[in-house]
Amino acid sequence: MMTTDHLIIFDDVSKFYGEILGVNRVNLQMAPGITSLVGPNGAGKSTLMNLMTGLLRPTRGSVTLLGIPTDQPDQLFRKVGYCTQIDSFPRGLTGREFINSFLLVHGFEKKRAGELTEISLDRVNLLDAADRKVAAYSKGMRQRIRLAQSIAHQPAVMILDEPLNGLDPMVRAETIALFRKLAAEGLHLIISSHILHEVDMMSDSVVLLNNGYIVAEGNIHGVRDEMEEHPMQILIRCDQPAKLAAYVFAQDHVVEARLHEDRRGLFVKTRDADRFYLLLNEVVADGEINMESVAPVDDDLSAVYQYLIGTK
Amino acid sequence: MSGTSTADISSEQKLGKQLVPWSLWLRQLRAIFRLEIEKNFLGRRAILIYLLALLPVLPLAILAPFTPPGREWQDFSQYSVIYSIIYGGLILRTVVFFGSAWIFMNLFRGELVDRSLHYYFLSATRREVLVVGKYVSGLVTSVILFTGTTVVSMLLLYLPHFYSESLRFFVDGAGLGQLLTYAGITVLACIGYGAFFLVVGLFVRNPIIPALLLYGWEWINFLLPPVLKKISVIHYLNSLTPVPMQEGPFAVVAEPTPAWIAIPSLLGVTLLVLIVACYRIRHLEIRYGSD
Repeated sequence: MMTTDHLIIFDDVSKFYGEILGVNRVNLQMAPGITSLVGPNGAGKSTLMNLMTGLLRPTRGSVTLLGIPTDQPDQLFRKVGYCTQIDSFPRGLTGREFINSFLLVHGFEKKRAGELTEISLDRVNLLDAADRKVAAYSKGMRQRIRLAQSIAHQPAVMILDEPLNGLDPMVRAETIALFRKLAAEGLHLIISSHILHEVDMMSDSVVLLNNGYIVAEGNIHGVRDEMEEHPMQILIRCDQPAKLAAYVFAQDHVVEARLHEDRRGLFVKTRDADRFYLLLNEVVADGEINMESVAPVDDDLSAVYQYLIGTK
Repeated sequence: MSGTSTADISSEQKLGKQLVPWSLWLRQLRAIFRLEIEKNFLGRRAILIYLLALLPVLPLAILAPFTPPGREWQDFSQYSVIYSIIYGGLILRTVVFFGSAWIFMNLFRGELVDRSLHYYFLSATRREVLVVGKYVSGLVTSVILFTGTTVVSMLLLYLPHFYSESLRFFVDGAGLGQLLTYAGITVLACIGYGAFFLVVGLFVRNPIIPALLLYGWEWINFLLPPVLKKISVIHYLNSLTPVPMQEGPFAVVAEPTPAWIAIPSLLGVTLLVLIVACYRIRHLEIRYGSD
């Protein structure tokens, strides 16, 4: 079991902006790996991130990152890097000066700050543009320089608010690969994103938020399994879908069986996916029906999001 | 990723449990100071303070080739009175006051407006160190500019009109002492007003209103009863001037506060105000939308 020194912990955290609810009664424990915060605008994703980094103070409860309370920035930001969504910069600095000056503010020696600046600029492919003013950067470049600033001091926890916004497809793919690499090295990456298929692709676990409340959390397949009110939909590609439909429909846990438009597949909705897969094993063993593939249709983040939150 | 690069700091951190990490704080202060001083002198907001600093200098420079009409301008002994009026009315009450207001309020308020304060908050720096770094940078900026104004204005008043008398006055007479005293008062004004305006910029969304309120309070200081006079910066600064300031026939006369009380009082209040700023910054949230 992981100790608090390895976890990000929200203990009964609420945040109100006057009368307006930011997040309410959040209890979370995040382990190393990629955790994605997902939810519509105003769900509370950025509020959670700002609470994690001490930019906001909880109205109630407490937040600790790797055992460090968020009101100790001098300790916290040795371990944490935060790439915010705020698209503004100190005036007049080049990309290189921007990274380097904040590494010096961190307290790094000049030489080490210079080295780390080059490493972080290289990681986000901005070395060529490093001596241009940040004010002259494109949106994607500004996104990358913020990312570079958040990783420059080589933190153990990275908090990234919509880090893929404004990036072109190639840089997106490279950035996701970078995130996966960092997660494999044992880092915490907390990422918020609107792009569900990318979140699905890279996340170890997700936190779904809506209107300031946590709607679901955990591994996406685990979350899906627990949603009993939404039967799991499975597509079976086979040579005799009508025969298979008649067979499976007799089972009490199967609530719907519908032929695919091309009549070479069958959609089945079941309340008990495990029992259904066992049933399919029996069908395969009988040898009467040849199956090409079996795949859940709504076992991904997009489906879970739609079921729990209702909009995309 | 969290490997070697943080090790040099982590070791200091371990030490920090027993000792105050002075060397780390000094490095951070240096970095903050460098960033801020560049902004103060070269940023777009600097234009206003340059204009303010030139406000007394330009007219005096224009008058330098001529001796203005009026008996007092023909009499060298009156120049110390003329300068005390220029200093009290224009340099201290206008240039230093509004210059400090602009420089120190913008240290935090300006960054909130520009939405860039969070970069400091996201570095491994105690927020108190940030307050000190910014305050010192504001102080250095205002002291350089406004003591410059003080000194240049005095020299521009004296030297062009009575060159040889002025040289004797500054070299052998009381001139140098007066010049240094005025410069010292300017430094103290920057220290006191600076701390006040820094803290105002942290608390108030529109700092112009408290600045104008303080300005009004400082201007009517000569009308206030002695007890109320003491709740102002200008009273302590007036007490230090080498030539008493002319406050007009309606002024309520009060004993000047001796320097040994005035200076420590001003510094003490400044320290208290800075402690309030440190407390405030520890609890400050970044919510640009509401700022």
